Amino acid sequence: MKKNNNLLKNIIYIVVAILAMLVLNLFLDSYQVRILNLCFIYIILGLSMNLINGFTGLFSLGHAGFMAIGAYTVAILTMTPEMKEMNFYMKPMLPALINLNAPFLIALLSGGLLAALFGFLIGAPVLKLTDDYLAIATLGFSEIIRVVIVNLQSITNGALGLKGIPQKTNDFIAGRFDIKPSINLLWAGIAAIITIALIRLLMKSSYGKAFKAIREDEIAARSMGINLFKHKVMSFTIGSFLAGIGGGLLAVSLGTIDPTLFKFALTWNIILIVVLGGMGNISGTIISAMVVTIAMEALRFLDESINFGFIQTPALPGLRMVVFSIILMAVVIFKKDNIIKSTLEKARGRYAKN
Amino acid sequence: MSTQEFLQHLANGTSLGSLYALIAIGYTLVYGILRLINFAHGDIFMLGAYIAYYGIIFTPLPWWLVFILASVVTGLVGLVLERLAYKPLRGSPRITILISAIGASFLLQNLGILVFGGRPKAFPSPEFMNKVINIGGVSIGLVSIIIPFVTLILLMILTFIIQKTRTGMAMRALSKDYEAASLMGIDINGVISFTFFIGSFLAAVGGILWGIKYPQLIPIMGIMPGLKCFIAAVIGGIGNITGAVLGGFILGLGEIMLIAFLPNLTGYRDAFAFILLIIILLIKPTGLMGEKIAEKV
Amino acid sequence: MLKIDNITMKFGGVVAVNKFSAEIDKGEIVGLIGPNGAGKTTVFNMVTGVYKPTIGDILYAPSGKLQSITNLRPDEIAKIGICRTFQNIRLFKELSVLDNVFIGNHLRLQSGVVSSVLRLPNYTRQEKDMYEKSKYLLEKVGLYDERDEKSFSLPYGKQRRLEIARALATEPKLLLLDEPAAGMNPQETQELMEFIGNIKDEFELTIFLIEHHMEVVMGICERIYVLDHGAHIADGDPIEIQNNPKVIEAYLGVD
Repeated sequence: MKKNNNLLKNIIYIVVAILAMLVLNLFLDSYQVRILNLCFIYIILGLSMNLINGFTGLFSLGHAGFMAIGAYTVAILTMTPEMKEMNFYMKPMLPALINLNAPFLIALLSGGLLAALFGFLIGAPVLKLTDDYLAIATLGFSEIIRVVIVNLQSITNGALGLKGIPQKTNDFIAGRFDIKPSINLLWAGIAAIITIALIRLLMKSSYGKAFKAIREDEIAARSMGINLFKHKVMSFTIGSFLAGIGGGLLAVSLGTIDPTLFKFALTWNIILIVVLGGMGNISGTIISAMVVTIAMEALRFLDESINFGFIQTPALPGLRMVVFSIILMAVVIFKKDNIIKSTLEKARGRYAKN
Repeated sequence: MSTQEFLQHLANGTSLGSLYALIAIGYTLVYGILRLINFAHGDIFMLGAYIAYYGIIFTPLPWWLVFILASVVTGLVGLVLERLAYKPLRGSPRITILISAIGASFLLQNLGILVFGGRPKAFPSPEFMNKVINIGGVSIGLVSIIIPFVTLILLMILTFIIQKTRTGMAMRALSKDYEAASLMGIDINGVISFTFFIGSFLAAVGGILWGIKYPQLIPIMGIMPGLKCFIAAVIGGIGNITGAVLGGFILGLGEIMLIAFLPNLTGYRDAFAFILLIIILLIKPTGLMGEKIAEKV
Repeated sequence: MLKIDNITMKFGGVVAVNKFSAEIDKGEIVGLIGPNGAGKTTVFNMVTGVYKPTIGDILYAPSGKLQSITNLRPDEIAKIGICRTFQNIRLFKELSVLDNVFIGNHLRLQSGVVSSVLRLPNYTRQEKDMYEKSKYLLEKVGLYDERDEKSFSLPYGKQRRLEIARALATEPKLLLLDEPAAGMNPQETQELMEFIGNIKDEFELTIFLIEHHMEVVMGICERIYVLDHGAHIADGDPIEIQNNPKVIEAYLGVD
């Protein structure tokens, strides 16, 4: 039967993907593994933003705030008490938190749930606003979260940030093959797979269609019985949950977090990914997340001094972001915001369905 | 708190409020006509300060001339920005335009880092502005008096332009009903360019005055004031110039008074604007002086 | 079934609808006509909760007692069985024809988002029914073959039919049609009239209809209300209305 064939196909894809991750984990060097890990994290972040912005049509600029919540939660729950003591040298940590610890999976899920809770609390009042105001309000909340993090010295260590977040490395398998351990890709990788599955299933379901209806025409949607508020909050909360998960994975991937990491620029990077991949386009987002992440790294050379042999250009920090901003604006202005989708279409010769 | 301190805070608050007002006007003018949040406006403010900086350092011109020229040049930059980043997208979905606006903002910031360098520069204010004078036993920096004064004069000129000139009338018409006004033979592009010019000019003046009062320039200095001033415009009622000024002062005075009376909360000074924003959006989204527009189905 | 009690709608200083009353009984087809700008769509907007009447009340009794629905949201109103089409077609443009109708079913879904995502049997069963129903409705309006096309690509007349199919998917008891025959040629208009009679019987509907095409109004409406400048100027059966001098004056103007 067709349905079972589909399920089988998907299971095979997933198994192959996981095996590929295991293999790559062993044979890429640790820098490349880190980049790949980052790709997976940005897939999760891109999809979570696409759910809110692309599929439901809510222009939210608050993503960084939810990521921060996820990141700090995971950091606090996974750092050893000794690490915490070392970090909180300016002002001691809240005693209740010093010994608070949890296994990574629980910490990650807690980060997601806490972010979702904030998403729900923030969404409730704010999602009634229209486009522009919603953008500014969510941006506002993201900034408030960041300012609060800077100021709650005894919980978050304020502007000093947190260092020494234990990284999830693949010691076990690396040991078997006698290779130096690197970041375990499976955490972010499997999280990404689950996220992709979740979003796909959600968007094919009746609720997903309701989200799209809201995006297309709110007035018609509510006249057909769709409770706008309930569905907007639902989309926003799920998106925030995934943003929290992404933030948590980012924390262990970097090993160090501080409030400046969660400025608006972070949200902007994800917007870049979503716009380039196509708003409301799952496969586009996946591809663009990987392309943008790799490109950001690859173009790092633009910030540095380039040696042409006979000429050496000076280090130009900021050039990388200038180039990216120009690319994004060119894409947006010349209306090819489905650039990756159209390339996909041409390659496959058929229309990519959502 | 002594009277002396209080009056000083009041003076600071008024200065800050004036600066916010100058910048907020640019936002409200543009939003009133195009329904567009010009995210890059804060960075125009930054540009004004830097252009004045380079003008004073690298040209032999007197400071007042540099200030005026810098503001004019910045006004033109704003005009060009509109032509390049916003005009091509007129009629596109709002989200697209917002993205272009944010992109333009980042572009300007990073260009700033690239061209001006990320390290802070000291703004070369004219000597006399840093004098401290004595009014009725209270010492106040001269600059704290100059700023509101200049703002007032500019506001009066602006009001004259809006109320008494044909271009001003066209601006008002466009902001009331874009489609109808465009059918009336108004030169839309000209009016929009003019609006951006004025807004950017005022932001540049704000940037220069800011540089005098808070003499450290960095390329990202426009981000926070930019956001806060948009919030000020929203609080006052977006699209309404009086509202923008009102919002600017509420925000400026409020911020200073917050720190004055609750010094423990100094770290939250930036959050103050955002909290005010959320409150206004929940209670009266159209702003203090805004009007409600009924939905047409 | 529906009782509109003296509703008035003011937008600032403008009175769009002034003390309008009407009653519609179960199973009737009632028309609402009047020159352009008379306030007809505003009445629909008040009935469906898009606007809240400045003064007055709207009562509804799908079965049993009349209850006030004036303060309900549009989605709540759809849930109790009142659905509408729009004067300026409001389809979900980027979505397929099938999805447009499918979404009409969503309000009847008895399944949470979690069981939807996990595809629990409770959800999949209902989803299957929703698809069956949607396809049936598409066949009924003759759009089954185009089910996978994006709705914006349909020609105007088909878009109107799609809107009706979508509204039917919400399982309404009272259907408000806002100028369903707009832009149709005489043949399509004839088909539309048959279609309306058809669905009324099959789905046991009560229909409230705004129209400018007089053949449609006179042809299928049992009773008609006439609005001019927001006020009620006449009501009655088609023959009375056609001969009513006030109505004629409103449409043609006084010389």
